[in-house]
Amino acid sequence: MRMKYVLSEVLVGLWRNVTMTVAMIITMAVSLTMLGASGLMYKQVGDMKDLYYKNVEVSIFLKTDVTEQQRTDLDAKLKSDPLVKEVLYVNKDEAYKTFKEMYQDAPDLVNAVKPDLLPESFRLKLVNPEQYKNIYDQYQGTEGVDVIVDQSRLLDKIFNVLTAIQNIALAAAVVMAIAALLLVANTIQVAAYSKRREVAVMKLVGASNWFIQAPFVLEAVVAGLIGSVLGLIALIGAKQLLFSGSLKALEGLLSPVQWSDIFLMFPLMAGVGGLISAATAWVTLRFYLRV
Amino acid sequence: MTKTYPKASRPSLDNVSVSIEKGEFVFFIGPSGSGKSTIIKMLLHEVAPNKGRVIVNGKDVTSMRSWKRPHFRRSIGCVFQDFRLLPNRTAYENVAFALEVIGKTKAVARRVVPEVLELVGLGGKEHRYPHELSGGEQQRVAVARAFVNRPLILLADEPTGNLDPDTSIEIMRLLDRINRTGTTVVMVTHDSNIVNQMRRRVVEIESGRIVRDQARGVYG
Repeated sequence: MRMKYVLSEVLVGLWRNVTMTVAMIITMAVSLTMLGASGLMYKQVGDMKDLYYKNVEVSIFLKTDVTEQQRTDLDAKLKSDPLVKEVLYVNKDEAYKTFKEMYQDAPDLVNAVKPDLLPESFRLKLVNPEQYKNIYDQYQGTEGVDVIVDQSRLLDKIFNVLTAIQNIALAAAVVMAIAALLLVANTIQVAAYSKRREVAVMKLVGASNWFIQAPFVLEAVVAGLIGSVLGLIALIGAKQLLFSGSLKALEGLLSPVQWSDIFLMFPLMAGVGGLISAATAWVTLRFYLRV
Repeated sequence: MTKTYPKASRPSLDNVSVSIEKGEFVFFIGPSGSGKSTIIKMLLHEVAPNKGRVIVNGKDVTSMRSWKRPHFRRSIGCVFQDFRLLPNRTAYENVAFALEVIGKTKAVARRVVPEVLELVGLGGKEHRYPHELSGGEQQRVAVARAFVNRPLILLADEPTGNLDPDTSIEIMRLLDRINRTGTTVVMVTHDSNIVNQMRRRVVEIESGRIVRDQARGVYG
């Protein structure tokens, strides 16, 4: 009976002030969508880093006039280096073979290049790809070394962009969350004002504090949960539009967003939406009703 | 006990000590601003004294935690000058509301509410809304709401302040009847007629001090 009373109060409360309720739900939904997108992005960037950095190499190209002695010395030095996980020596012939494969669509280029022109190189896999700088400093001056190229530096640029987008989404989520928070506080105040007589009588006859507060707090929580469901729908829509549509071309570059990841975001969004609403409503009531 | 409100030049109640026995009927009289209503607020644990203690039903209310207040309030019924009824609920619903929000079932309300409405003389008017009732009848609903939970104490803050003399006397008869069931009645008023007619204990307060405490007293 008491549960029924509380629930009917919640529905009446949401309906009585329907424009405010809609505003609250929309703001909440946008904020939670941003939060979800940011969370997905975080997961995505992590996945991509794993994938790319695992395959990333540092190439040490040797000068064309490198001596046998210099090569063996360098090889031995690299193999004993604790920063290096794997060393692969690529001689001119192998380099030419890879080159031919890479440019098989441009036979003119392939014909113009002789195997002799391509430098020999050591391909290194590092224990930690971020320690590229140490390798560079150590081997740049070594005799016989021409240039050192690090693929991960290129990747860093891509990841910097992705991290920036993620931060923007997170910042937008926070700003919208503040707006949602203020709307919740306002809605609760209006609701408490429109029920001030009931609340006064309830306090007078000794209704427990939770019983007085519950309808208001639940009202905010219900709005928060509806907002998170809308946020989930927005994320699903975004995946459909972007990854199955216009961004399909980027599929090779970006690892695809999994459906499971999107649905994993829902508990986060619902939790944050519900908790923020509940806490805001509760704090507002403490000031406003003094219960 | 002493109570000084912030920004007040003198205490609202100054070293006042009064003891009310179970089952008594007490009037607090005195001019506006004398501190009568502060006593009601203290008994309700709405304000706390700066000095001294308030003991209700053998419990020290002064040190009571605020979360215990709701339960404490259930042992006290309250009636006010402005009735404080819910305008969108009928007489029956107003009384039932008070029961339901403290966790009583609808079945209990169906049994108890008609009984108490009959007691206050509103039998047959259960389904009227407050605006369809006279002032006296509205106050009866308020008394029914205060009494339905069978409180130990009934606090009445100028319950006849908005009523004409005849209606006031009817309300007083009702409070008297409730008092006879063993309920302690504490009433704040400056209605001299009523005080003179009832001949009950009178505590007169002036500028926050008790100037008279008389059994079977009259007004001034």
